[in-house]
Amino acid sequence: MPSFKLTVSTLAIAAVSATAAAARDEVRRVGSSTVFPYTQAVAESFANNTEFPSPIVESTGTGGGMQIFCGGIGEDYADITGASRSMKPSEYALCVEGGVTDITEARIGSDGLTIAISRDNDFAWDMSLAEVYLGLGAMVPVDGEWADNPYTSWDQVNPDFPAVEIEVLGPPPTSGTRDAFVELAMVAGCMELDYVAQNHDEDWAEENCARMRTDGPFIEAGENDNLIVQRLQANSNAMGIFGYSFLYENQDTLKAVTIDGVEPTPETIGDTYSISRPLYFYIKNAHRGVIPGFEEFLTEYMSDDALAPGGYLQERGLVVLSDEAREELRERVANGVTMDPIK
Amino acid sequence: MTDTTPSEGRQPRASAGEAVRNSLARRNRKQMVLQGFGIAAIVFAITMLLILLTSIIGNGYHAFTQTHVELDVFIDPEEIPEEGLPRGDYDDVLAVAMGTHFPDVDLSDRIATRELTSILSNGAQYILRDKVVADPSLIGQTISVKVPVSDPYDQLHKGLVERDTEEQFRRLDNDAIDRFDRLDDLDLVSKPLNTGLITQADSRFPELAGLKGALVGSFWALLTCFVISFPLGIGAAIYLEEFAPKNRWSDLIEININNLAAVPSVVFGLLALAVFIGWFGLPRSAPFVGGLTLALMTMPTIIIATRAALKAVPPSIREAALGVGASKNQVVFQHVLPLAMPGILTGTIIGLAQALGETAPLLLIGMNAFITSAASSPFDSATALPTQIFIWADSPERGFVSRTSAAIMVLLMFLITMNAIAIYLRSKFERKW
Repeated sequence: MPSFKLTVSTLAIAAVSATAAAARDEVRRVGSSTVFPYTQAVAESFANNTEFPSPIVESTGTGGGMQIFCGGIGEDYADITGASRSMKPSEYALCVEGGVTDITEARIGSDGLTIAISRDNDFAWDMSLAEVYLGLGAMVPVDGEWADNPYTSWDQVNPDFPAVEIEVLGPPPTSGTRDAFVELAMVAGCMELDYVAQNHDEDWAEENCARMRTDGPFIEAGENDNLIVQRLQANSNAMGIFGYSFLYENQDTLKAVTIDGVEPTPETIGDTYSISRPLYFYIKNAHRGVIPGFEEFLTEYMSDDALAPGGYLQERGLVVLSDEAREELRERVANGVTMDPIK
Repeated sequence: MTDTTPSEGRQPRASAGEAVRNSLARRNRKQMVLQGFGIAAIVFAITMLLILLTSIIGNGYHAFTQTHVELDVFIDPEEIPEEGLPRGDYDDVLAVAMGTHFPDVDLSDRIATRELTSILSNGAQYILRDKVVADPSLIGQTISVKVPVSDPYDQLHKGLVERDTEEQFRRLDNDAIDRFDRLDDLDLVSKPLNTGLITQADSRFPELAGLKGALVGSFWALLTCFVISFPLGIGAAIYLEEFAPKNRWSDLIEININNLAAVPSVVFGLLALAVFIGWFGLPRSAPFVGGLTLALMTMPTIIIATRAALKAVPPSIREAALGVGASKNQVVFQHVLPLAMPGILTGTIIGLAQALGETAPLLLIGMNAFITSAASSPFDSATALPTQIFIWADSPERGFVSRTSAAIMVLLMFLITMNAIAIYLRSKFERKW
């Protein structure tokens, strides 16, 4: 059968050329889904304004990104990875194992997590972090005992709240947003409770307050934040937890639950609004000057068009750095300053 | 007592016909209930299908049009010097063009200018640039260009954002809406068919985002999948059906192939990640790797379909061919295989249609990256249709809600077309023996 021979030889050629085609001429980015929209914006602007091929921007989650990034040096491994928290010691060890030791850490700004509710809900919701914890924590102090969360309605948490059932939609444990929410809202809120403040320390709180309740009022709604938005629009008593950009895009139907009286806005996030987190990306310096366009991509990322107040990253919801911090960052990225080992 | 018992036992036997008659109503009722359940199940399925289709079409049809605004742009040689091409201040030129309709806006005021030009899509300057680069003689002339408006204005024009929402809760304030309405009153705003949905690659701006990258990626992946799984699948099936001895080993292989067809696709994705990317060092996100993975999944389907088609060819054909002295090889390739071909092709197309809609394995090998250009070979990074839907569904911009549904409609259209071809082939060429 000549056609069969033909296919076999095509396959053989394809397999051989695959190895040749692996030579990479575009920048490859992996990492956090929170930093993804910002890198995406830089990538598109970079592709439009230069002759270099479009960068490949992949959203793998912070942890997944570290694994690919730290795998090694060479075309098969990513050039930068985004992270919605700083690199962990275990991840740094992984990088060292892969031979990736010359890394520059770049903190590009902050991002706010919001608790949102439908505008059809008439109550002006304002909570303290302690109240957020009492509504959503798996274990809470009840009559001086550390016990399963008994609250089912918001007026049990604070008599000033309306008597509506606690129903909060949020991200699953695999999500970086969930990690950040647990750390910034749950653990912090737990430590505001008198019972915890009097009897226990921070380590205890981190160990015991990190679990969201699983008896119904907190609903894991999957990684898709648009789904949460739709469910909030349909049910005016439900609240949802997601990044600020989703609230910003849907502010005609959703409003924020203010935290200690502070509403999340680009001005308050990173300042007085308490549920905000730093965003990072990590640069593999060994790839600079090797991957075509990498240096120019970093220049675009650090440009005023992108990073300064009024730049396109702020338009996308990034809370930008102060002028000094930005200048310092630009300096560090341009010189490829190696970060200190994390132990 | 002992005498009466047998007579009681005999009694029903004597009136068996009556017993049947008596139970008739009950049996009819049972049948009615069964039918009722069947009909209810079908009605339920159809209702769900209708709800799904209505919601997809209801959301998605908005994305098939895109609001554009027509501007007379003077390509100012001061701003865009010919020797500087392709660079130039295209956004300033566009701002001046916008300014002619808004004499009250001071163009030296940066913030006011930015508010004014926010009506235009970010891509407008690149559309203008591409026009000028393609024909530098335009410099110094006034040309009429039609550029897309940015997403918030597109949503407004399509009525997806309520105008009577309180001003502070809207993306666009009253001034912005007034400016847009002024353009609309001047008859500059139109809503043509959104060809960009097919001709453009992905973008972070909904008004510029299209499916070209995904369509090209899916094409390369399916081509790779077909080139690998079709010959291998048919070869395996012919060997197993026509040549392999029937023993414990061939039984074991058969069972395993049937099991393989039922393995969840995510498992193949993990396998591909470990073997193709980790071990062979093939590039991430490449449609070639996606195609290899999909081929692993499609092969069992093709083998099973081919074996069924070969089995359906009556033994008399084989015996007649052998009888006139044909070799086993000739029998298979000249007689049995051509007769089985319609069935094989049907199975292959259905297998490929399945592969087209497969998402999980592609996510694992990184075919869900954001790339603003289409792949030019199977080794360039790309997305595929289902992963593109996945990316868009997760984007915060409002415009992506309708685009997600539109992409689902495009995917469904391809699936329906492929299945229709399969049905046509089967009804046209299948022979009844």
